[in-house]
Amino acid sequence: MTPSKPLNPMDRRKQRIDDLAATSAGTGGRGTASVSVLVDDAGTIDEAPGVSLIASAWRRLRRDPVFLIGAAITIAFILLAIISPWIAPHDPAAGLLLDKVRPQSNPIPGPEPGFPLGGDDKGRDVLSRLLVGSRQTLIVGVLATLIGLFGGLVLGILAGAFGGGIDAFVMRVVDVLLSIPSLLLALSIAALARQPSQWTVIIAIAVVQIPVFARLLRGSMLAQRSSDHVLAARALGVKRSAIIFRHMVPNSLGPVVVQTTLVLATSIIDAAALSFLGLGNPDDDAPEWGQMLGRAQQYIQDNAHLAVYPALCIILVALGFTLMGESLRESLDPKSRR
Amino acid sequence: MRFIIRRLIQMVGVVFVLSLLLFFWLRSLPGGVVSAILGERATPATRAALTEAFGLDQPVYVQYLKFLQRAARGEFGASTAVLPGRDAFEIFLTRLPATIELSIVAMTIAIVFAIPLGYLAARRKGSAFDNGTIVLSLIGVAVPVFFLAFLLKYWFAIDTPLFPVSGRQDSALGCTRVTNFFVLDGLLTRELDCSTDALRHLVLPSVALATIPFAVIFRITRASVLDVLDEDYVRTAESKGLTLNVVRGRHVMRNALLPVITTIGLQTGGLLAGAVLTETVFNFGGLGSTLYQAFSGRDYAVLQVLILAAAAIYVVVNLLVDISYAVIDPRVRTR
Repeated sequence: MTPSKPLNPMDRRKQRIDDLAATSAGTGGRGTASVSVLVDDAGTIDEAPGVSLIASAWRRLRRDPVFLIGAAITIAFILLAIISPWIAPHDPAAGLLLDKVRPQSNPIPGPEPGFPLGGDDKGRDVLSRLLVGSRQTLIVGVLATLIGLFGGLVLGILAGAFGGGIDAFVMRVVDVLLSIPSLLLALSIAALARQPSQWTVIIAIAVVQIPVFARLLRGSMLAQRSSDHVLAARALGVKRSAIIFRHMVPNSLGPVVVQTTLVLATSIIDAAALSFLGLGNPDDDAPEWGQMLGRAQQYIQDNAHLAVYPALCIILVALGFTLMGESLRESLDPKSRR
Repeated sequence: MRFIIRRLIQMVGVVFVLSLLLFFWLRSLPGGVVSAILGERATPATRAALTEAFGLDQPVYVQYLKFLQRAARGEFGASTAVLPGRDAFEIFLTRLPATIELSIVAMTIAIVFAIPLGYLAARRKGSAFDNGTIVLSLIGVAVPVFFLAFLLKYWFAIDTPLFPVSGRQDSALGCTRVTNFFVLDGLLTRELDCSTDALRHLVLPSVALATIPFAVIFRITRASVLDVLDEDYVRTAESKGLTLNVVRGRHVMRNALLPVITTIGLQTGGLLAGAVLTETVFNFGGLGSTLYQAFSGRDYAVLQVLILAAAAIYVVVNLLVDISYAVIDPRVRTR
């Protein structure tokens, strides 16, 4: 982010995305690694062998407490999502405390032996729902991110690989999508569905990410089109598709990986926002944290704990992804490589 | 000047394409206006009559042309759900001031805290203060906005009633309306208690709305100041004995502010999204809560105005950002 060239009078949001793309454009693993090998072969600077960006990034990440905390949270979350059905004390969909629910006097059953966090408005065990909820939360976050990533990759590769008219067309579409604040866009898409469901939430969040990924990828691919390793490949007569998929795309993935980690966090938060606005999945037999938080809002006056537990889970997991993404970004930035 | 004109043309283009997308999006919505008004049990005859009244029986392109024509005149039709029968554009105009007020206060809070903290964090890179503020800003992004709004409401309005729970002003005060900017109205009519009351209503929603802009502006400020502190001209300025204040103001901050302004512009344009959540929690009666009502009631007319307006605001803010660049950075002016 250099403060010196504000001239391109295009949308500023694009600039930000492009800046991120530029931080590691053409400096991914392969390009730099091969350069350092060449240097070694020449035998000139043997004492200080070249280190690829990924290797040096990993060396610093291994000792970076921010990354380690983020990774620890993330791994714990994923493990929990896998094993939760076996460690949950009760069936998350069964109304075991239903006989204790009184709509007027006691809408939310409190804690009791065997139910340390109490029940919810349908008499279901909150602890079990939180544990099992990690699974749906992970699924929503990962699927939304993957679909967004895939759409962005397709558009970005189209634009970045071919340039010209295709590039201009794809980028106009992306610009229009970027000109609507992201939550509004997600709301609009979720409202299109006749019946809100887990899938409408996932797709609404995913579509919003497509333009960001597309710009990111296009930016770093354009930067590489004229770079030496692409030129060399072209001179060697490598097929165009091979150049794109084996030389340009892998070298563009650094910023995309960073963005993916960050999007995992925002998609979980956005899912909660959609739920809160009444556009979430109405079927809550399979619990999901965002949905639990969204639904708990109506009881927040007297039973704030029902909202606080899923909110804390979301904050913790989002923080984990964000910490990991931020430290990745910093370690992949050639400027901070000293 | 030429670049401003070019930006204006670009802006019209984006808004136009958007209106097209918006139009077809609205047509493809399930349910539709007719069912929304009549409910599921309407007779075919009344359905047909209403369909004709809305012009929904004509070909789609005719509908779109008519839509454009009316849009240019600010006629988006009558609201069907938010305030049934009232003109949608009028609803937009009466609720716009609330959101502008909220946005101004929220952005002011975000900027006033983010820029100084970002500068200090950069100056003391690696210190406990630096790490602490970074973690704080990351948490600010990780907390769902509407949950934070609920927490604030719970702590500072219900548990300890320091601030009002919801709304924009206490109706018991019987304040005079002039511009619908409640704080300004109070000042204009010399009803100072009205202004203070409106400000008190603004505190909690704007703090909730300010968290994300704060976090983002803070991090950009820090990164950008760090970049500039590395520059040779800062070292030169320091070594030739300029006072700290001059170096800070003229050399560091002025250069570091450019990306910060970009970010502020972007965040301002995106505030409406956050406003949907905060305004709904605090029942604030601005564009955000209107948008929520329009979505839940499938109010086409109001939705059209609001989404077009959101995009237009976004694009205009970006234009203002570009112009402000020219004011801060002389290099842009020469282009």
